[in-house]
Amino acid sequence: MNIVIMGCGRVGAQLANILDAEGHKITVLDINPDSFRKLSPEFKGTALIGDGTDADTLRRAGIEGADGFVAVTQGDNRNVLAAQISKHIFGVKKVVCRIYDPLRRELYANLGLETVSPTVIFAQLLKERLEV
Amino acid sequence: MYIIVVGGGQVGYYLSKALLAEGHEILVLEKDRAKCERINEELGSICMKGDGCEASILKEAGTGRADMLIAVTDGDEDNLVACQVAKHMFNVSRTIARLSNPKNEVIFKKLGIDCTISSTNLILEHIESELPTHPLMHLLKLRESNMEIVEIRISKGSPAVGKRFGDLKLPPDSMLVLLLRHGQRPQLLRTDTILEIDDQVLAVTKSDQEEALRAVFSGKPAKTG
Repeated sequence: MNIVIMGCGRVGAQLANILDAEGHKITVLDINPDSFRKLSPEFKGTALIGDGTDADTLRRAGIEGADGFVAVTQGDNRNVLAAQISKHIFGVKKVVCRIYDPLRRELYANLGLETVSPTVIFAQLLKERLEV
Repeated sequence: MYIIVVGGGQVGYYLSKALLAEGHEILVLEKDRAKCERINEELGSICMKGDGCEASILKEAGTGRADMLIAVTDGDEDNLVACQVAKHMFNVSRTIARLSNPKNEVIFKKLGIDCTISSTNLILEHIESELPTHPLMHLLKLRESNMEIVEIRISKGSPAVGKRFGDLKLPPDSMLVLLLRHGQRPQLLRTDTILEIDDQVLAVTKSDQEEALRAVFSGKPAKTG
């Protein structure tokens, strides 16, 4: 599959490495070129400097032929904007978006975005580990 | 009207000042404490410290009874989210977003924002109208029908000079309506009207045909894409 990942932080880079190793065609976007150091030396995909909330940059990253798009920058709002552009303007089938804020996650889930809130999931996980 | 302004920077400050002067009830949401204090000192206690994208802050601000929300921070994505949260969680009927990236205009419209204002586009339009060599100038955008009214200036060297209006090959959905010629009364264009240098023509065209229409009068081929 062709997948575009926006945000090459720890999560973005980790996801890119895994999917790349499985043989998918990956393009990673980040505004900071230093962040690409987190990609493994074996990474065969494309690393592109640019802002994924800009439709032109997404086009350059090959969003038009992409099967999936993942937005994992540090900014909830940036993720939301890029995810909506990918889904509603470019018609990408599978769009997943990280939203830290649980309330905002709920809103965008209701608006039809596939969303993940690490806050909710991690809090739940910690609770289970505490076994209380 | 009760209007919520998200973002208390330069634009937010002067906008709120103007809206207050018109007698509206204004609440400004600003994350930065110093900006917040300045507004409260100078415009009266109308600024609340907080992130206008957060539902809890918007709730506290009484967004449920707001007639309008205007998001004027310098981040397009923040303005989008503030408008979407206001619209979908608080049923605010009119949302307006300020844009920096003009490309976002179409996108925001598609995502349900009622109105967008792109300062970049506004400046570009002014440059267009100030440049006499530019053959085409926007006058009005008819948003619903995706049509625009433009003014065309026939300049020296234009391939349209000396031609009968009826012989021009216009792009589809473009209509030349009114001829303004120096020293004459406005007249409707007829197929046998011969165009002269310095004529001004008012035309209606579809937004995506603008480039093609421009090409007819400038003689340069339309850019694609």
